[in-house]
Amino acid sequence: MNYDATVVGAGVIGSLIARELSRCNIKVALLERCNDMAMGTSKANSAIVHAGFDAKPGTLKAKFNVEGTALMPELCKTLSVPFKPVGSLVVAFSDEEMETVKELLERGVKNGVPGLEIYDREKLREVEPSISEEAKGALWAPTAGIVCPYELTIAAVENAVVNGVEFKRNFEVKSIDFDGNEFTVSDGKESFNTKVVINAAGVYCDEIAAMIGDSSIHTVPRKGEYMLCDKTIGGLAKHTIFQCPSKMGKGVLVTPTVDGNLLIGPSALDIEDKEDTATTAVALESILETAKKSVPVLTTREVITSFAGLRAHCDRDDFIIEESEKNANFINVAGIESPGLSSAPAIAVYVKNMVAGKLGATEKADFNPVRKDPVRFRHMSNEERKAIIAKNPAYGRIICRCETITEGEILDAIRAPAGARDVDGVKRRTRAGMGRCQGGFCGSKVVELLAKELGVEINEITKFGGDSKILYERTK
Amino acid sequence: MLNYDIVVIGGGPAGMAAALKAKECGVDSILILERAESLGGILEQCIHTGFGLQYFGEELSGPEYADRFIKQVLDEKIEYKLDTMALEITQDNVVYAVNKTDGLLEIQAKAVILAMGCRERPRGALNIAGTRASGVMSAGTAQKYVNIDGYMPGKKVVILGSGDIGLIMARRMTLEGAKVECVCELMPYSSGLTRNIVQCLDDFGIPLYLSHTVVDIHGKDRVTGVTIAAVDENRKPIPGSEQYIECDTLMLSVGLIPENELTRNVGISIDRVTSGAIVDEYRETDHKGVFACGNVLHVHDLVDFVTKESQIAGEGAARYVLGKKSDPEYITTKGVDAVRYIVPQKVNIKNEGDVQLFFRVGSTFKNATVKVRYNGEEIISRKRPRLAPGEMENVVLKNDMLKSFAKDGVIEITVEV
Amino acid sequence: MTKNITCVTCPMGCAITVELSDSGEVLSVKGNTCKRGEVYAVNECTHPQRSLATTVKVEGGIHNVVPCKSAGALPKEKIFDCMEEINKACAKAPVALGDVLVENVCNTGINIVATNHCPAR
Repeated sequence: MNYDATVVGAGVIGSLIARELSRCNIKVALLERCNDMAMGTSKANSAIVHAGFDAKPGTLKAKFNVEGTALMPELCKTLSVPFKPVGSLVVAFSDEEMETVKELLERGVKNGVPGLEIYDREKLREVEPSISEEAKGALWAPTAGIVCPYELTIAAVENAVVNGVEFKRNFEVKSIDFDGNEFTVSDGKESFNTKVVINAAGVYCDEIAAMIGDSSIHTVPRKGEYMLCDKTIGGLAKHTIFQCPSKMGKGVLVTPTVDGNLLIGPSALDIEDKEDTATTAVALESILETAKKSVPVLTTREVITSFAGLRAHCDRDDFIIEESEKNANFINVAGIESPGLSSAPAIAVYVKNMVAGKLGATEKADFNPVRKDPVRFRHMSNEERKAIIAKNPAYGRIICRCETITEGEILDAIRAPAGARDVDGVKRRTRAGMGRCQGGFCGSKVVELLAKELGVEINEITKFGGDSKILYERTK
Repeated sequence: MLNYDIVVIGGGPAGMAAALKAKECGVDSILILERAESLGGILEQCIHTGFGLQYFGEELSGPEYADRFIKQVLDEKIEYKLDTMALEITQDNVVYAVNKTDGLLEIQAKAVILAMGCRERPRGALNIAGTRASGVMSAGTAQKYVNIDGYMPGKKVVILGSGDIGLIMARRMTLEGAKVECVCELMPYSSGLTRNIVQCLDDFGIPLYLSHTVVDIHGKDRVTGVTIAAVDENRKPIPGSEQYIECDTLMLSVGLIPENELTRNVGISIDRVTSGAIVDEYRETDHKGVFACGNVLHVHDLVDFVTKESQIAGEGAARYVLGKKSDPEYITTKGVDAVRYIVPQKVNIKNEGDVQLFFRVGSTFKNATVKVRYNGEEIISRKRPRLAPGEMENVVLKNDMLKSFAKDGVIEITVEV
Repeated sequence: MTKNITCVTCPMGCAITVELSDSGEVLSVKGNTCKRGEVYAVNECTHPQRSLATTVKVEGGIHNVVPCKSAGALPKEKIFDCMEEINKACAKAPVALGDVLVENVCNTGINIVATNHCPAR
């Protein structure tokens, strides 16, 4: 198979790059080692669109953050991805921290962040009533927002596929050879021939680069653990509430999510194992304690799940978005940690322009930027519900009781371009199993629907691909 | 818009018993809404025996117990809709529900009986550290896979929580050829029935580790093991007591939570201890014409008690519809010390009969005395050889007692050793 | 010799004390609250029995299996043998509640009966 451009890694970065590339008259492949897109950093992060005041002026982080955040609302609209411009607060708890907050404001102004303002204690308590009495003031950033990172990734891939991109799952790149003209990207069984490679492999970007002899990328997986709380306390934070940043990152935040839950985290620990997304009792306890400094009423009572994600922290302390020193047609998009999600839309445009320049590609006339809004029964009015069930009765059968997700929505998720192939894939696309019972009731129904749609026995269905099977053989 | 005198939400044992009693009391226009494909509720997957001893004087399996009520529902020609999910109850008792054939249903009810049952507490609620590997499931989910779908959800199993479903599943998995390594219980006692510990664990040599919990889950794709640890008196893991157990499945039986989303959304007051509605002796909530019974009201250990309670709610709803209810004068009930909760939380002293108060204790007692006080004065004293958190207790307020009470009085129940 | 037994006949779970002679004869039964408890305690000391609930494979039904139980108590030591025999059985849908699915399981004289209906697919 011959391709013009091949993107390695279907995280939010790779997926948005693939979608941007699908604007052009070129053949594009998107390779993903897992059973679904958004399986690494993109599914487990803070889901924040940062305003852009954190990064040092002049860095790629600063540039792409501000540009990406500006593109985000429109992009989310086009791809029908929930985005809420809730704004963010960096809260100071001492006079010293008030100084830090002022420095952040100055840095933000240099980075071109609009609308920044310092709030005093009274104003802060007025806009964020559950904030601690200890808070002295805060930096207010109105352009910050929240987005669903895996939904953005899923939507980007769906739209890319509709526009002709080949999405290949369960393809773990084992070797990349260059014959002087073209690369051969192989998983040991199948291979893709391509003129340009885009390395967007997240925590594995160093290993992918090393396959062409590029050893310039030094990243370490940095683990962040989170707790997700029930919607009943989703209103505790009206905005994304940060504490003052430290060397290890932006610290523990408390934020609403686009779905109305409350998210607390992350911890930050550099580790060695790129697969270690286990949560730890120590970190979970510590993030709750730290978060309580911002919002004292938090307890574990409302926690419905916890999770951990890894981000690729780079020793250059900035994003790496450049041609490899070994090969100009091999583009590294590496070390994308926070504010990677916020920067993704701008990085995608930038990389597309690089690739298009190399290939002399032009934009095609029939590119369709729009991803159709999936049916979301829970958000519909009763009149809309009547109409949609009349059209398709599958929307009349509720599968997930906690989140009010219908059979029709689950079937849509499986049948979509680059659709769901496992239980977690259905969950990320529809929210079935994301509520307070965490799939206790609907899990087995989702398994049944997947098996039926994919034409396999129910014990072949997995939680997230690989050996993550749910059932063994028949009892008799 | 459809019109019914009584809409019953839930066609499990609670909903069916309530509907049947309401019918017996003279209400003909009744509709049961059931979200599953058949009537019977969770009993359909509870294939073990032990149901019905109190109510029928026979030992039945769950489906058999349910079948007796399903037959009556059919015989009495009570209307029901399957695969139908109630979405909302409005302030005026209009029930919105949805299914594939009728689409969105709008049903005006004179009275509504809530009988939605309960759900299991998930892993997240416990905040157990570890990977997100496949193979962590609630005992009830595993029960459905084994007993209804006929698939093994695991081969080497650790069970966290010694509630009845966990104990029953320990035996069930063993019978089907799985190895159950152990059952861990955070508390120093089991919340399951004693007989289940004997015939589900002891019979098969499955160890029960009291004051133990799971502190870590291992495995990348499928669970490969768990780490368990002993806990101290504050239920905190004791460092150094950790023990790795190889397994492919962690089953959770760590408590049930009444499913009260509809209840909360209509603004009904909820008891913080039971997580169910606050009700009077006919199980009427503080929303006029809305009744609640069964596990949605408080978690029962025996379905027989669910049936009895639901008949009370059915009778209450019928009285409401038939206009037999006078303005109530309430006294409130209050559990003291070891008595965690009492249902009903309030009693109308104008009630014409006796009123049974159900309560649950927070720890085990031997040779204790249950005392009932009215405004501080002892009115009932009953010896009990044994009291346990897993077993619901009750006392009866005789009608002549009720008559002697005054509005806004307080009934307290306590346990003394 | 005394033996302490927890009665499993009903959910009460009475703690019963049985006094046995050296030859294993029951001398007295204490702690039970009903006659069934006494019978259980005596049986438990002389020939323990258990009822068995499991499933039988179904062909052509809406589910793969139908629940079943032993119509009477089985000798405790034969439970796994009975499971093996039951697991070999296969019922044809439709199955009605009460249908005998396995006759005289393991020569115990006890039948295995369906405890639910399983309509044909």
